[in-house]
Amino acid sequence: MGGLAFKQDMFEKVSRKSHKTVEIKRPTIRYWEGVWHRLRQNKLAMTGLIILIIMGIMSIVGTRISGYRYYEQDLTKINQAPNSDYRFGTDELGRDLFSRVWLGTRYSLIIGICAALIDFLIGVLYGGIAGMSSRGVDVAMMRVAEIIYSIPHMLVVILISVVFSTSGTGTSVFILILAMTITGWVPMANLVRGQVLQLKESEYSLAAESLGASKGWILKKHIIPNALGPILINVTITIPKAIFSEATLSFMGLGLQPPSPSLGTLTNDGLAGMAVGRYYQIVIPSIFISLLMFSFNVLGDGLRDALDPKLRR
Amino acid sequence: MSKYIFKRLLLSIITIWAVITITFVLMNTVPGNPFANENRRIPENIYENLIRKYGLDKPKSEQYITYLKNIARFDFGESMRSDAETVNEMINRGFPVSAALGFEALLISLIFGPILGTIAALYQNKTPDYISMIISIIGVSVPGFLMGTFLIQFIATKFDWVPIGGWGEFRHTILPSITLAMMPLAQISRLMRSGMLEILNQDYLKTAGSKGLTKSVIIMKHAVRNAILPIISILGTTISNLLAGSFVVEKIFGIPGIGMFFVNSVFNRDYTLIMGVTVFYAIVLITMMFLVDIAYTLIDPRIRLIKGGH
Repeated sequence: MGGLAFKQDMFEKVSRKSHKTVEIKRPTIRYWEGVWHRLRQNKLAMTGLIILIIMGIMSIVGTRISGYRYYEQDLTKINQAPNSDYRFGTDELGRDLFSRVWLGTRYSLIIGICAALIDFLIGVLYGGIAGMSSRGVDVAMMRVAEIIYSIPHMLVVILISVVFSTSGTGTSVFILILAMTITGWVPMANLVRGQVLQLKESEYSLAAESLGASKGWILKKHIIPNALGPILINVTITIPKAIFSEATLSFMGLGLQPPSPSLGTLTNDGLAGMAVGRYYQIVIPSIFISLLMFSFNVLGDGLRDALDPKLRR
Repeated sequence: MSKYIFKRLLLSIITIWAVITITFVLMNTVPGNPFANENRRIPENIYENLIRKYGLDKPKSEQYITYLKNIARFDFGESMRSDAETVNEMINRGFPVSAALGFEALLISLIFGPILGTIAALYQNKTPDYISMIISIIGVSVPGFLMGTFLIQFIATKFDWVPIGGWGEFRHTILPSITLAMMPLAQISRLMRSGMLEILNQDYLKTAGSKGLTKSVIIMKHAVRNAILPIISILGTTISNLLAGSFVVEKIFGIPGIGMFFVNSVFNRDYTLIMGVTVFYAIVLITMMFLVDIAYTLIDPRIRLIKGGH
């Protein structure tokens, strides 16, 4: 024995950085890169995404391009057909429809996106807590959610906008968003709870728990990032629902208060014009609503396909 | 099974109670009362009589209990604007109209949706598939109020046989029920298409084929039957969407259904009518959901409830 002696200088201290053997040479395809790659091959979804980006930018800058503010009336220039000065024409009060349509698009997008975000926040919180709690609490919370969701959506939306509007017709963006979200968060909560129940049984959650991680930490670090796919799909399909409800409400005269234009009120205003052959007054806002609905829906479908694990190669 | 039905029934009743309570609270958070705006016009003693007639002088808790009791007897009170009619009479008059319209729309979407979806799946990535896709994209993208408006403008005004509005004969129902049916039709056909595509790749269809069954028998007996199940599960949502759509469609086509009464009552601030219609609609919808749920558990053997299991 004793032929082999280890000395200090036989060893070299290796820092983490210089240790190259386990370095990954090829680029890894991360989860979201794969999703993006599949989404990019879906022509319909990409069309939707591009339309949404253009409409999003134009809804911010579009109201400034024509030089006419949305409320400016020029009674010498009423009911003008689209021309180089008024690209989308003017309405019965001589207001520039170009500015008004883009502002309406802005309101639609704000209402849709805010409603979806609030649904997302409440849904994740509620569903997350229900899923992480004991069975009794979980069942009770989901029963409450079920009861809230059984209340007809459109009735609540109309009721809320009636109750909180002062004059009986028309209401504010804030109230509309409130009305949309009051029952709208339930599908998200259901979805998150289902994901939580499934994912908290996974090995990595178990590992984290055995290392002493708290429930909140596991929810934040492990479960929500992994449930993000289905959540994202849900957000994308919630937006057009809210836009649809707002447009319908405004068309019936229960939505935004004048002079704020919404795509729904613009369409309603255009009805009179259509009767005497001024189709541009109704067709342009109609196309805008339909394009918004189309884009969000095909993007949602595309995301669903791109995130579907069955199609993952 | 009966235990499950009982549980669902109890839950439905609690839900209806919740709707009543929420509606009551909401309508009572409105500052003032329905007659306050007219306070200047109507004399003091008449105003006080009106308040007394509708029981608005009593404490809120008493009003709430009276309201609950009345609804238990299906009495929704008197309209605050239309003197001659009670809310019950309005519902009796409007509901058959709305129900007929909704049923026709449901029928259209339940017949043409699965057909469109099946054809799309059988001719995947060929012309019929694209045509069905365009129809469903239009159905999802174009809201009912636009669809209705343009159908009136481009069809009803061109062809005398389809009227622009009104109610009474079958021809009055054609355009509004198409308008209402478009969105559920689109959803059902997409669902049917993806369901069929999944099933067409299943092994048991190959087995059926190698057994010597003809293609039509395989599709009708094996594929369509299985693909149609998920549609029943979204029937509850479909009915609720039809209801939401009926408000605007009845308004556009001038159909005297409950939706139109509701929208008018909202404009008139007719509180008893708003509350009555809301609660009535909720009861109808929750009952439908309950029936759909029971039907689904009866039809699908895979989720048929076993005692003690889940």
